[in-house]
Amino acid sequence: MSMCGIAGLFLKNRDLEPELGALTAGMLSVLTDRGPDSAGFAIYGAGTPGSMKMTLRAPVGFDFAALGHALQVGVTLRDDHAVALVPVAREVDVRAKLAASYPDVAIVAAGARMELFKGVGLPELVSKRFGLEGMSGSHAIAHTRMATESAVTTQGAHPFSTGPDQCLVHNGSLSNHNDIRRVLMRERMVFETQNDTEVAAGFLSWKLREGAKLDEALTAALDTLDGFYTFVVGTESGFGVLRDPVACKPAVMAETDDYVAFGSEYRALVDLPGISKAKLFEPEPAKVYFWERAA
Amino acid sequence: MSSALKEMTRIEAVTFDLGKEKLRDLSVALHALTPQSNQTSWHILNPRGQHAVAVGVTVPVGIHIDGHVGYYCAGMNDGAVITIEGNAGPGVAENMMSGIVHVKGDASQAAGATAHGGLLIIDGNASARCGISMKGIDIVVKGSVGHMSAFMAQSGNLVILGDAGEALGDSLYEAKIFCAGTPASLGADCEEKTMTDEDRAILAALLERSGAKADVAAFKLYGSARTLYHFHVDNAGAY
Repeated sequence: MSMCGIAGLFLKNRDLEPELGALTAGMLSVLTDRGPDSAGFAIYGAGTPGSMKMTLRAPVGFDFAALGHALQVGVTLRDDHAVALVPVAREVDVRAKLAASYPDVAIVAAGARMELFKGVGLPELVSKRFGLEGMSGSHAIAHTRMATESAVTTQGAHPFSTGPDQCLVHNGSLSNHNDIRRVLMRERMVFETQNDTEVAAGFLSWKLREGAKLDEALTAALDTLDGFYTFVVGTESGFGVLRDPVACKPAVMAETDDYVAFGSEYRALVDLPGISKAKLFEPEPAKVYFWERAA
Repeated sequence: MSSALKEMTRIEAVTFDLGKEKLRDLSVALHALTPQSNQTSWHILNPRGQHAVAVGVTVPVGIHIDGHVGYYCAGMNDGAVITIEGNAGPGVAENMMSGIVHVKGDASQAAGATAHGGLLIIDGNASARCGISMKGIDIVVKGSVGHMSAFMAQSGNLVILGDAGEALGDSLYEAKIFCAGTPASLGADCEEKTMTDEDRAILAALLERSGAKADVAAFKLYGSARTLYHFHVDNAGAY
């Protein structure tokens, strides 16, 4: 998407984990004037052994508590989203029941640790609705959208998730997404929208599914995706950044011993702890940047 | 300045804290200055990456910005000496007419774009499209520049102490590019030129003025091959 703002924060120092949500909410709010239409974020919190998180979305007023009771899964409500804690052995069963009996409920994302929330409205209000400020975790990726290529809807907001614990946000626009979508559909990838960014996310998920590492998937994206883009991507343990070779879209990064942070502009980074001593740099075009955390 | 006038002139220093005061109020104050104003020394605190700091100043005052700035800092500068103690976002000193802009850190894309005059000094690196469509400005980058720098540059001088990214000087007009490092590639119609004594004098003066420690002999000069100036009917089939 063309204008847009991106904020990403990947913590190296685990002591900062309780502050992840508050720091991310601050970064997101500053980027409102780059994307006031809608906003969203993915956050990687604590996992539960043997279970996976399924982030669900339904129309306002939907009774998620009753859904949790009926499917016998724990549900945490967050505005019009809810996170269901599903035993891994029951994932297929729960997905089937949701598809069969709950046509209003969309599965936004799934994974061991990732939760994903997005909605229409000013970024600050979106993050307040979902309670981002109080969330903790190891890394988070957030986006503010100024829509140019498709409608202002919740479905069109970022991040997009097309694989377990995988998410992607995008500033730019792709020109060959229809071609790539057709290729990926033949590879049994499923798409929910006509959005260009979803195709980029799907492409990376497909590469990861085929055994590529995140940095290898990003390198492949350079050869395959045409258009302009700055991507920030997350996996369960990793955080990556990629800009197209022309580098149309802005990007600033800050690295300290405690974290790696990404902002569309330096303004988004200005309140991070220790920013005055951070190594600041502009990621180079067509270069894959990737950080991974030991489990 | 006559000694009598000097006695009458008192330099008044102004400190403006953007952490407490509004950027718009700073702009109003700077735009209200006249050449007779005693407020000739400005110290701007806490810019916090804000856009359009010290834009459109038309009087010869000194402005010291203490921190990183966002887009278009010092744009359209006409006579002021503006120092940025930090990094600058896209389009620093774009369309400068005269004066000096000194970035102590790195500059983002399109530094000095379309600028007609003055001197832009960047102590660190500049990213893509540095000096794009420059029209008379002198730019000295003590680090390296990104791809497509001096694209369609018309006049002025771009001095690069480090390396240059892809397509340096693409579709260049009459600007001169001095580079001490290695360009990743030259753009269309850009070629290495033989340096004359006059070129060496221009380069030496710019290195001196910008406090750059480099030997004139280390540089190569790039300029326009002038093959794109006119449409060649032989190329009609290419369209």
